[in-house]
Amino acid sequence: MSKKKDTFINMVVSLFVITIVAGFSLGFVNELTVGPIEKGKIERKVIALKMVLPEFDNNPVEQVLLIKSDFAKDSVEVYPAFKEGAFVGAAVIGSTEKGFSGLIKIMVGFKPDGIIQNIQVLEQKETPGLGTKMKDEKFLAQFREKNPSAFNLKVTKDGGEVDALTGATITTRAFGEAVQMAYDEFVKNNSSIIELKN
Amino acid sequence: MAEKVNQTQNFLKGIIKENPVFVMLLGMCPTLGVTSSAFNGLGMGVATMFVLLMSNIVVSLVKTQIPSKVRIPAFIIIIASFVTIVEMVLEAFIPFLYEQLGIFIPLIVVNCLILGRAEAFASKNNIGSAVIDALGMGLGFVIALTALGAVREILGSGSIFEMKFVAEDANTFILFILPPGAFIALAYLTVLFNKISIKNT
Repeated sequence: MSKKKDTFINMVVSLFVITIVAGFSLGFVNELTVGPIEKGKIERKVIALKMVLPEFDNNPVEQVLLIKSDFAKDSVEVYPAFKEGAFVGAAVIGSTEKGFSGLIKIMVGFKPDGIIQNIQVLEQKETPGLGTKMKDEKFLAQFREKNPSAFNLKVTKDGGEVDALTGATITTRAFGEAVQMAYDEFVKNNSSIIELKN
Repeated sequence: MAEKVNQTQNFLKGIIKENPVFVMLLGMCPTLGVTSSAFNGLGMGVATMFVLLMSNIVVSLVKTQIPSKVRIPAFIIIIASFVTIVEMVLEAFIPFLYEQLGIFIPLIVVNCLILGRAEAFASKNNIGSAVIDALGMGLGFVIALTALGAVREILGSGSIFEMKFVAEDANTFILFILPPGAFIALAYLTVLFNKISIKNT
């Protein structure tokens, strides 16, 4: 077969056909994958909730509380946890734009008295090998069983009590800020969270 | 005859004589950007290899139908479509891998290695040769990225494939996981690679 000539009509037709085929195949694949992607996102959320909260028997995903906040662009999500009708804690999504490469989103689980149960990192774009170490057990362990009202969430360099990650002070600062934001929202909305009890 | 390409030669050239990273210095953006650990390098290499294979196949199939004045935009659409498909399929069915590679995948579109092979090889050869070319070039890219990632991880984090071999709080050359370390490591590896490959040929 010889090469198509560079006539105007040939160029228009071939580009048109290619974009149409590309568009349709992308649409087709999107249709196939959109369901599993959504399901995966919810599953990940449930797994994260189980990691950060004390044992619960309600469905926090359904009882999610959306709170307007001055600190976050979107509203803050709060997932309340109940066991046998009693309030056992809540998971708050904390976020900050001040990470080394922008958005950091974490889920912080609080016990009713404001003590941190556990933290999970949901979204981040930090430097692999440096900032990504904030997902490590060693770093997260220093936040557990601490109450932010008595535990200064700033890094030691800024007069706080958090040991910064080597080479990733900016990430650590942002992380502390996100935890602080989650804590502030938790305290501010404590009463309305408990009222959610079925 | 120009049509009759020696296929073994065709496959091996991507790994040694025309290694995309160490000899042709193609695709430098992902090479320098994501190789902060051996695993990241390997993952990026494999994802790129897959897209390269698919785009080479399609470009070689449609090469006679595309007028040469609009061939570059046509190739780019083909490549970008495959990258998006790979991204969506990974996110839906292999979420574990997607979490590791998610941010690198869109970078593949701008990898000039893929466009370079489409333009320089697949658009001039038949599909069999194009597949072998893609496999060779892809493998060369995987090897180069994994090697670079391994060197940077060993020096910068004191580990290899996430397995630590120094004490948890030991001081390592953090420089090597930061961007300048990528340039330094790449330069020395390129020297080493060319020294060895020139001696052997």
